[in-house]
This record gives sequence, structure tokens and C-alpha cells, in this order.
Amino acid sequence: MVVEVKLFATFREGRFNEKELELPEESSLGDLLKYLKIPEKDAKVIIVNGLAVSVGHKLSNHDVIAIFPPIAGG
Amino acid sequence: MAGYSGKFLRVNLSTGRIDHENLDMELAMKFIGGRGLATYYITQEVEPETEPFDSANKIIFATGPLTGSQAPTGGRYMVVTKSPLSGTIASSNSGGFWGAELKRAGYDFIIAEGKSDRPCYIYINDNTVEIRNAEKYWGKLVSETTDLLLQETEDPKARVLAIGPAGEKLALLACVMNDKYRAAGRSGVGAVMGSKNLKAIVVRGTGKLKTAREDETKKVLTNVRKKIKENDVTGKGLPAYGTAALVNLINQSGIYPTNNFQESYFETADKTSGETLAEKYLVRNMACFHCPIACGRYSKVDDVEGEGPEFETLWAYGAGCGVDDLPAIIKANKLCNEYGLDTISSGATIACAMELYEKGIIGSDEIDGPALKFGSGEAIVEWTRKMGEGEGFGAKLTLGSYRLAEGFGVPELSMSVKKQELPAYDPRGVQGHGLQYATSNRGGCHVRGYMIAPEIVGLPEKLDPHSIEGKTVWVKIFQDLTAVIDSLGLCLFTSFALGADDYKDMFNAIVGQDWTKETLLEAGDRIWNIERMFNLKAGIGPEQDTLPRRLLTEPIPNGPCKGHVHRLPEMLPEYYKERGWNEQGLPTEDKLTQLDIV
Repeated sequence: MVVEVKLFATFREGRFNEKELELPEESSLGDLLKYLKIPEKDAKVIIVNGLAVSVGHKLSNHDVIAIFPPIAGG
Repeated sequence: MAGYSGKFLRVNLSTGRIDHENLDMELAMKFIGGRGLATYYITQEVEPETEPFDSANKIIFATGPLTGSQAPTGGRYMVVTKSPLSGTIASSNSGGFWGAELKRAGYDFIIAEGKSDRPCYIYINDNTVEIRNAEKYWGKLVSETTDLLLQETEDPKARVLAIGPAGEKLALLACVMNDKYRAAGRSGVGAVMGSKNLKAIVVRGTGKLKTAREDETKKVLTNVRKKIKENDVTGKGLPAYGTAALVNLINQSGIYPTNNFQESYFETADKTSGETLAEKYLVRNMACFHCPIACGRYSKVDDVEGEGPEFETLWAYGAGCGVDDLPAIIKANKLCNEYGLDTISSGATIACAMELYEKGIIGSDEIDGPALKFGSGEAIVEWTRKMGEGEGFGAKLTLGSYRLAEGFGVPELSMSVKKQELPAYDPRGVQGHGLQYATSNRGGCHVRGYMIAPEIVGLPEKLDPHSIEGKTVWVKIFQDLTAVIDSLGLCLFTSFALGADDYKDMFNAIVGQDWTKETLLEAGDRIWNIERMFNLKAGIGPEQDTLPRRLLTEPIPNGPCKGHVHRLPEMLPEYYKERGWNEQGLPTEDKLTQLDIV
């Protein structure tokens, strides 16, 4: 399947800002994080198609995934 | 009592009389300090129906018991008065160093009352307090005023709080600035200073603050510093990226209001993000008094430099106006700081004007500046300058979006609550946050109960932003705890890492009390209720506990939250019940008796 991955803040360093990736069917977010070499504990907010999800979430074809380190403010 | 100076200043600008008064410690134990105690004094000394620019209105600059202490972020103070923008109680918070300096000078707060017959400033150097002539500073920008006052007082260690030309001209969006770049931003508090011809307050303090229980204080502060350092947000995220990193998170969550809330996802948000700011324009990070977080940013573009822009500014002048021109946003931010304008309300008012212009409600022959078109970097810079100068149509913009839209017969196009502009989160995609917008005692505001923490960031736990289940309980606790933090003199950002027990421990150790968490939160509830009572008496009733019609009836048209509206009518009755108010939203006699504020 093909998913669109968006990385933010320090996750961009040495990786990319936005990219389409081809992943094996049935891949989970945890698999994607391993592929990206992002430790699960560092990925504090993960948004798939606009909704925050946990790392066990199964991905689907054409999902748009945004991965953030810990950030907040106001 | 330790923690407090035990004294405050009453400066009558009409008569020139200056009184050093003793703080009533019984009152301090009911309302803590800062926002709470200053609000109490306003409710006792200012008739709620008073016109905000009448000399009978008063303005209080208030520290809390932890301001100036060793507690992390203990540099905050509040500006409390009756707001000329919303007509509600106003309490605007600021950081920097001015608040801690006032405390070292020996004062918990200053009550400025009356009206000077000419521009003046208040000079405080420990026990020396004078009202001085400020005619030569009137009309000057904030940074120049600050530099000149420091020259005149010949003490580079003094701290300066000042208004810019916007406050002098009674712009309803005028803020109070301190240390050049920090703002008590909202509700038009700078215009109240302007109405009193009070240009600035210069403070120098050399006193030492007492701590009640030194060993306990060391232990407690070591613990909270560790929590702040080890917390992902306060120890990593905010120090590394500042508040600006929120641009992409809020946009990707589909709640980033775009083009005056007509949309909620901004396609080119990344051009104005914290990441882009850091890559292209960041000069250095900045920290306020005793702050281990250091979320401030100093930026430079062309010959324009200064602190900011913060997340809210990046939004108001960015997506809010459909602008992805980051240099233009940095320039508009700088103008706001120099003229003393609230960046949220100023950007949001320009966004409202853009919608009116694009819909033909404002004609091109009615304006004397660049076309008010969404996406125009030129427009946001030039209209901000004109607002600061009070020039032509810019003067109309300084009245805020509600009065602007109402003047053109379309008040519903003002994205405001109680006439104060909403900040950077579309409540249609965050139900709890929308409820706190609608019920905020100072009108549209994100820092009376920051529900984005649980609903988006997942702190202290993750809540479904689209659900209304259980949200009223969360909103009440967040509102009460925020009132406590604002009254203690700490930064709200500490609450990403700390809980009510931590604030209770710091208060007990430094002040020498044995409060429970419940006592502390009850004080927050008490503060919330005196604010509510002031508003009710001022004619701001429950009918204004609402959101703009667009947000209640028009589904979000794009992005991840497409199709959602805010479900306020389902939440409000439950919220009133949670607060112990009657079905009409009025605090009951029983509730007020329970809080000892009858």
C-alpha cells in the first residue's frame, strides 16, 4: 500500500518533510516508525487522516500520516 | 507572611497622592494573589457598570505569592481592570522580568486610579515612589520609550512596563508591554492605561523575598524542576521549538482557522511554521525570569528584529488572514510590539475585515490602504501600521472585529466571544476547548482553560476532541486550576508537567500554609465566581456564553475535521450544573455561600 508521511520538527532532520512511501499490506504505525528509525516513545502525537491514533493502529492504502515529537504551547 | 510583600501601592493619578497600604492577609488567603486578589479589589472598588475609560475605573498590576520566588517561571504578573473591549473583567498575564522586580521593590501590587491631567509615568525604586512627567515620551514606540526611560532613571537594571501609541489613542486592542517584548496582551488593558494618561511604570527593587519553610521549599522545588525537565513538552518540545511548533500540529489536526474561520485547514501552513521560522529567521532562544523552559524566540528578517512571533501571532496574521508570507508576519508582529497592540485580536480583526471586503460589504472606496484580500502580506503589515497610528480606516480596525462587523450590519462575521476575538483553534474540532471559549470570563480566550492539552496534545491524558462526554468536568477543573496558577504568579506552561498537588506544595512551602489540593482548587472556583458575578453586574449575562453562529451552524468545509460543528447547546446546561449554578447560568446563593463570597 501507499501512504503519505509528513514529519515535523526534529523528525525532519536526516529524513524528509513529506514523502509517499510504499509499505507492506497490514503494516501498522509501529512498523512505519521502525522503518523511519523513530523510537516509539519519541513519537508523541501521531495523526492519521486528521485523527490522533496510537502506534498499534493498522494503516490503510492512501492514509495521510503526520508524526510529531512532543510539542505544545499556546 | 512569607511569599507576600505584605504591602501594596495605591497611586491616585488625579490627586498625585501615593499611599503605601498593608495587604489584608485574610483576603490573600481567600484569593491567593495576582489575578484572584486583584479581581477582588476591582469588584470592591469599581462599580461594574463603570465605563472602562471613566476615571472611576482602576487598573491593577498584580504579582502572586510565588512571583519573584525561586519557583520555576515565577516571574508572572497580571493586569486587571474592566475591559474596554469586552466590558467584562479583564485579567491579562505577562512574563519577562517586570513582575519579579516589583515584588523585590516590596509590593504585591499597584492600584492605579483616577486620571492624570497630563502624560505621566510611575517611578518606583524600593521605598521611593513618584509620579513623573512623561510628556516627552507620549507618542513614542515601546522600545524607544523603554530605552529613554532607562536613560532618564540612570539605572540599567530597572524594568520598564509601558504602552505604545495604540494605548495612548485608546485602541480597544491595545496591550501593556514590559521588558520591550512581553505583553499583557488581551482585552484592551493598554487602553485603560492610556485613558489615565499613564505611559509607563519603571520599577527597581533590591529587596530579598522570604521563604517560610526553607528546607521544605528546597525539596519541593527540586521535585518540580525535575518534573519540568523530564516532561516531554516542558523539557524537550517547548525549549527546542517554542510555541511556534504548534502551527503544523494544529493544522494537521484540522482545527487551524483559516480565512476568518471560513476553513480550518491551511494548505501552506508549513511556510509559516516553527520549523521554517527556526530554519530561516531564528536568532536565539529567550527565557523569562527563573524559567527553565525558555520558549521565547528572537527573530530577524531584513532590518526588523525582536522577540516572537509566537504561535498565536503566526496564526492570527498567518492562516487567519490566509497569509503564508512569514517575513510579513514577523514584520506585523514587530509593529504590534512597538505600537502596543494585541497580536491575536489585531490579526483576527484584519481577517474579519478581509472577509467583509471580499464579500463586498466593505467597499474599496471605504478604505485608504491596500486591498483587504486574504493572502496579502502587504495588507497585514500596512494595516497593522495604520492601526498603530490610528490612521484612517486603521482607526476603525482598532475597535476590534465585533464593532467593525456590527458597524457594517454583520456582527455574526466577527469570530469573537463577548466581543473579544477567538484564538488559533477552531472549536468545531475540539468540543471541550469550544466550551471554555464560550464560558471564559474575559471573552474569546485560550488560556482560561487550555483544553488543547488533553484534546490534542494528550496531556495529562488523551481525550477524543470530537466527543462531548465528560468534557464539562474537565473544563471546570482546567478553568479553576488556571485561575490558581495565574494567581500564584507562575506560567501556565508549567501545567504541562505539574498538577494541582505540585502547586499546592510550592504554595505551602514558600508561604507557610497547609492547604490541601481541594483548598487550592476551591480558591480557583472562588476566583472564577467573583469574575462571573462582576460580569453579570456589568450586564454581560449568560446569553453571551456562546460562540459565533458560524461555529454552531456551519460545518467545517475542509480538512480532517470536515463536517463538524460545535455542540455547545448540548454542553452548556451540564456545565452550569457542574459549576453549581442554576439552569440560567447564575451562581446560586448556596454556591456563593459555600465559597464565602456572598
